Amino acid sequence: MTTAIQKESSLPRETRPALVGSVLQPGTLAPDFTLQTTPDQTVSLRDFLGRPVVLVFYPADWSPVCGDQLSLYNEVLTEFKKHKAEVLGISVDGIWCHLAFEKDRKLRFPLLSDFEPKGDVARKYGVFRQSSGVAERALFVIDSEGTIRWSTVSPIGVNPGADGILTALEELSVRKQAGP
Amino acid sequence: MSKLTVPVRPQDHLIGPTNAPVTLVEYGDFECPYCGQAHYILQEILEKMGSELLFVFRHFPLTQVHPHAEAAALAAEAAGVQGRFWEMHDALFENQRALEDLEILDYADSFDLDLGQFEEDMRKARHLPRIKEDFMSGVRSGVNGTPTFFINGVRHDGSYDFPVLTRALRDAAMARAP
Repeated sequence: MTTAIQKESSLPRETRPALVGSVLQPGTLAPDFTLQTTPDQTVSLRDFLGRPVVLVFYPADWSPVCGDQLSLYNEVLTEFKKHKAEVLGISVDGIWCHLAFEKDRKLRFPLLSDFEPKGDVARKYGVFRQSSGVAERALFVIDSEGTIRWSTVSPIGVNPGADGILTALEELSVRKQAGP
Repeated sequence: MSKLTVPVRPQDHLIGPTNAPVTLVEYGDFECPYCGQAHYILQEILEKMGSELLFVFRHFPLTQVHPHAEAAALAAEAAGVQGRFWEMHDALFENQRALEDLEILDYADSFDLDLGQFEEDMRKARHLPRIKEDFMSGVRSGVNGTPTFFINGVRHDGSYDFPVLTRALRDAAMARAP
């Protein structure tokens, strides 16, 4: 798929005005955040330093495309784990909604609630869609030092698949083997 | 534009002539209700297009949401080594609410399979590597859910209802015509 080879955002130009700020690009230090993942647990991006992280922003739990996308990552999780990568899903849904959704889809990675202030983290990454009040369908691959190495934004109705993520993770592994 | 990364090979499950002007590859899951709907549409399309179309089925079981999907895929392969892949493929799609082990065994029995061999293949999950290979070829080609179709190697992002899919296949055939 084309997004796999595009280092720049694949977002069509005409949809850009809907976004607040611009999508964080490869080479940028990933902004840290702390979000709730269960009623009594939070997750911070810095907890994962030393491992690659796949940040999956998506508009909403329960919408059919998201379900497919997250179910796909759930199936491909073992491939992501081969690169020691952690997958974090992020939407503006509340924590109870996430819990019900995780249970229904048997998700094996955490969903984070970008709920209060709403969409704050999505804004920091430049993927908040002001007009509808939800995150774009955006992917970021962050390396073990916390730098964004790949990002893409899909058209709202299109499931981006997993191949772009895998290619980005493979490039990280190759880079690491080759040394600094 | 997502492209099929693993081209159609002789070991794929094929219906139609290998030199047909259009090749339609489906990545599917036997327990996915949308694949079940697509099955009936594809039967109509296969009938209508005849020798103009080569149809290929590859496995893409979403095992976390569909608890019977992997066993069903194994059953299709176990039937396949006994020359009955498509019979099992059809039986599974036409009985998506009846995919328990004993029900699958009933289908195998109705095709006169060697049941001892079939059961052993199932118990040992003998054909799992092939299913995983199909799955990963789909992931690397941009399969993003089930069913996902590729027409002449390019992912079809439109609807798969009869008129839309038929038109896309005809267009692909025309584009290839000299």
